[in-house]
Amino acid sequence: MKIAVLVKQVIGSESALEISDDSSWVKEKNASFVMNPPDNYAIEEALIIKEKIGEGEVVIVSQGPARVQKVIREGLAKGADRAIHVEENGQIETDPLSIAKSLTSALKDENFDLILSGLQSDDTGMGQTGVLIGELLGMSTATLAIETDIDREQIKVKRELESGWFQWVKLKAPASVSIQSGINQPRYPSLKGIMGAKRKEIKVIQSQNAEKKQSLDKVFVPQTSKETEIIETDLNSTVDRIVEILKSEVKVF
Amino acid sequence: MMNILVVVEDNRGSMHRMSKEAIAGAQKIGGNITALVIGANADAIADQLSSIALENTLVVKHELVSSYNSDGYTEVVKQVIQSINPSIIIIGHTYQTRDFMPRVSARLDIPFIPDIIGLEQDAYTKQVLNSKLNSSVSSLSDMKILSFQSACFSAEDMLTGSSSSQNFDVDLDPSMVRSSSEEPFQESAAEVDLESAELIVSVGRGIEKEDNIPIAFTLAEVLGAEVSASRPVIDSGWLPSFRQIGSSGQNVSPKLYFAMGISGAIQHVVGMKGSKNIIAVNKDPDAPIFEIADYAVVGDLLEIVPKLIEALKTEKDL
Repeated sequence: MKIAVLVKQVIGSESALEISDDSSWVKEKNASFVMNPPDNYAIEEALIIKEKIGEGEVVIVSQGPARVQKVIREGLAKGADRAIHVEENGQIETDPLSIAKSLTSALKDENFDLILSGLQSDDTGMGQTGVLIGELLGMSTATLAIETDIDREQIKVKRELESGWFQWVKLKAPASVSIQSGINQPRYPSLKGIMGAKRKEIKVIQSQNAEKKQSLDKVFVPQTSKETEIIETDLNSTVDRIVEILKSEVKVF
Repeated sequence: MMNILVVVEDNRGSMHRMSKEAIAGAQKIGGNITALVIGANADAIADQLSSIALENTLVVKHELVSSYNSDGYTEVVKQVIQSINPSIIIIGHTYQTRDFMPRVSARLDIPFIPDIIGLEQDAYTKQVLNSKLNSSVSSLSDMKILSFQSACFSAEDMLTGSSSSQNFDVDLDPSMVRSSSEEPFQESAAEVDLESAELIVSVGRGIEKEDNIPIAFTLAEVLGAEVSASRPVIDSGWLPSFRQIGSSGQNVSPKLYFAMGISGAIQHVVGMKGSKNIIAVNKDPDAPIFEIADYAVVGDLLEIVPKLIEALKTEKDL
């Protein structure tokens, strides 16, 4: 089975966020980049499926500037076989449909049986790239898979619904499936894996500039609508204040 | 007047609460609003819609979409859009929306702006970067799909009126549906009733490790509260899934929500922001949970909470 995993490099949750001078995004030079956390689960699931079937190929696919090769290497070090880097020079695209079209043109001749992706990215959080690509390539799609039952004969996934409900869905191959976080325990790359990753192929393709359909115009600090009392003092005074709030405001006793 | 299409979700026989909010949003934007209901329960939901201020309701009943499937819904919504040519397609930002609406976007080559929490004219506000910043997004196309996050609009603001419904014939072929779905099910019966709990102590990733979970239970015991958690704690296997609050878990509105080490991602916040008093303890002064907290305690919960437990015990003994 030939499996592609869509991976994105995003600004880490611990990173400093300084809004850029034109407010269009945050300053990249002060940011630290990591693999989009949900994508770790997608990589792990792809590796598990390949190991279970006993043959096939896992290909890491990522769009972005040169820096994204860091997360591509991470995927290769975990055990993926090769990678496709759809390189962006200059403007980094945020329109999901444009990104999907660019990735689709890079993937269409590969004829993947399965495309896995994280449920959404931690940066723009549009949550649709995997499904868009599935549609553009004429594949079956499913989202928020929390368990998979995939072998040579069938693609079956357990979808998470809302409020604690689940549903098994059987999909005709080929399929694009987004993976819910928590589906597995992502492995760490081994030292051998890290060394081996250096010899694995990363095919670089230039990104296509499809016509933009939506635009992320600016970012800003959220205005809080609520009156919040900030308690930031020494330990004893903090605890005293919380006790007082629980007693006289919330009236827990 | 502009045509607006609202796609209404069937939540086991009745209208999904987020569909009501989507209708309230469409009414606020203003236009000729058509509602679309699909599936075996469509007539019952159309009946609910008959007392709401809408232009009309379209009912789609076809054996290939009697229950939800992504292939069938994508094609139905596409055909309805092509027939009534709306400027805006509005839907609640539910799991089902996330499952099929991107396909409508790709099939018709129109933008899908998801997870909207506010709007001003044609600029849509959406959270980015782990809910730490907001962004303003706009459409570059004449036709657009918008999905509203929970509580962007209030279902109580939905205007009543009267409207009629009519059947809409769709052209579906069995070859279009490439998936088969089993019946939805619930995994484990909940051992606690979080939705009726008065006081809740909730744990997030900031608890750091499983060994620290008992701290939450001790605090809960002293307060007489129930314990819940955010997604990362459930995913780590530290607490069972019936304790999860948020879009994939329970919605609660207790008298007290004591958030320990919860960052406040939107998926969590939608499940608890109706709480009367929110006390949040977090090391990160920029944690988004503080935006909705009544009391923002900046500090290390592993120092503060054990000390708080001792103080509360002393207080109770007095």
